[in-house]
Amino acid sequence: MLNVNGINVYYGAIHALKDVSFHVEEGEIVSLIGANGAGKTTTMHTISGLLSSKTGDITFMGQSISKLEPHRIVKLGLAQVPEGRRVFSNLTVQDNLEMGAYTRPMNDRREIERDLELVFKRFPRLHERRRQLAGTLSGGEQQMLAIGRALMSRPKMLLLDEPSMGLSPILVQEIFNCIQEVNKSGTTILLVEQNAKMALSISHRAYVMETGSIILEGAASELLDNDQVKKAYLGG
Amino acid sequence: MDFFNHIINGLGLGSIYALVALGYTMVYGIVKLINFAHGDIIMVGGYMVYLIMVKWGLPIWLAVPASIVICAFTGMLVERVAYRRLLVHNAARISLLITAMGVSIFLQNAFMLIFGTDPKLMPPLFQAEPFKLGSFELASTTVINIVVSVIMMIGLNLLVNKTKIGKAMIATSEDSSAAKLMGINTNRVISFTFAIGSALAAVAALLYCNTYPQIKPSMGNLLGLKAFVAAVFGGIGSIPGAMLGGYLLGVIESLTKAYVSTTLTDAVVFGILIIILLVKPAGILGKNRKEKV
Ligand SMILES: Nc1ncnc2c1ncn2[C@@H]1O[C@H](COP(=O)(O)OP(=O)(O)O)[C@@H](O)[C@H]1O
Ligand SMILES: [Mg+2]
Repeated sequence: MLNVNGINVYYGAIHALKDVSFHVEEGEIVSLIGANGAGKTTTMHTISGLLSSKTGDITFMGQSISKLEPHRIVKLGLAQVPEGRRVFSNLTVQDNLEMGAYTRPMNDRREIERDLELVFKRFPRLHERRRQLAGTLSGGEQQMLAIGRALMSRPKMLLLDEPSMGLSPILVQEIFNCIQEVNKSGTTILLVEQNAKMALSISHRAYVMETGSIILEGAASELLDNDQVKKAYLGG
Repeated sequence: MDFFNHIINGLGLGSIYALVALGYTMVYGIVKLINFAHGDIIMVGGYMVYLIMVKWGLPIWLAVPASIVICAFTGMLVERVAYRRLLVHNAARISLLITAMGVSIFLQNAFMLIFGTDPKLMPPLFQAEPFKLGSFELASTTVINIVVSVIMMIGLNLLVNKTKIGKAMIATSEDSSAAKLMGINTNRVISFTFAIGSALAAVAALLYCNTYPQIKPSMGNLLGLKAFVAAVFGGIGSIPGAMLGGYLLGVIESLTKAYVSTTLTDAVVFGILIIILLVKPAGILGKNRKEKV
């Protein structure tokens, strides 16, 4: 479904991604794990079109997306929940969700309303606070909003960048359950995490990234048993 | 009741500042650019009315919408031609600022070339009897200015807070990368913002020409500068701030003219603003924004 082929991304003179290649198949949950600064967010931004690669190609459902502007990529069905949630704090919860449906045409109003109800059913706390400004929500609620907002575009594939960051263990569990549900309902998932254990426990496959390169890949269950991974990312 | 009269006159003048200040603040809010060419859009608006009504002899009901549309289009064109590439490539703010000044000089010189440097007299646009309220009398221009500016601001607030594109403006100004990830075409939102700001400047131009029936290529300089100050005064980036700043600036100016000195008005007005900004650097309604990562 998603094919990343030999991308090299720079921030000025900094070579942040070095010949990165990987793929995600339809229906999978694939995670990309690695330490802080490994290049995970850079990878996500490049897929979504916020950054561009000097080389290689990225294809989504057979179509090259490496030269497309971000809003066109969303329209193709590839949405992202960015690192740090990035909800619009000056808009209400409901307006944030509506922004998620920005690419959908006006005559889709009925369906948009229905999806809004689905998000509210998934996250009842968002429903209670739908008229509040998003900036007044707690961290966990903002993460739910960020996920709900991305789902409003009805993505075929969802990229999640460190959704567990800064959340309590109970909330992390809730978010991961939600990711699994979203996947079961037919959305392919690419998950970036520093919380490697949690990520691997719900993934089918995974890639390990270190200083801008992918150094390991395999089935999630294999990586959970891999000595190198255990030492570096699972706390021994 | 003189005092009350000066306040109302100040609000009339402030209406024009407020409408222009909105353009500065909206553009700043969305691309962090101080669009120094914004004042010249007022000039473009003035000359368009002159061209359509005086030169071509066409009626006002045609001149007004035409000049508003032409200004909106000019604003979009300036953004597309002069700023877009710099914005897309994340150019330094100083480059943007210098480009904006260049656009301003270009527009003024282009109009000097086309229309000459001498001021042109405008016919009165909207004539009306002085407005009588009990014992005192208000100039019709003052009343028109206030009424039109209030209508414009209500319209703008509805546009920004209730429509999809308006909410996209708020989203883009808060976090343009996140807005892009939502599928918002931020270039289009920026373009739209320039169009709206310039249309408001065109309305300001109409009110200005109606109040002071004379236009010249450099007319946008002082008016633009004052409106910019009004925007900063209210809190640049804040729409209610620009409105408040504009009206307050008009009132301060009117009261200074009446009670302090007519020749030193601008010096006194700017002096007061400097003092207020020293006390409240972000402006009256400005927030100290967090820098985004
Ligand atoms: N805007 C930027 N400018 C310069 N360097 C950056 C920028 N963003 C990230 N980097 C650098 O690129 C590398 C990868 O960063 P990032 O993709 O954010 O890593 P991760 O998400 O895995 O923590 C790091 O060395 C980081 O310092
Ligand atoms: Mg990161």
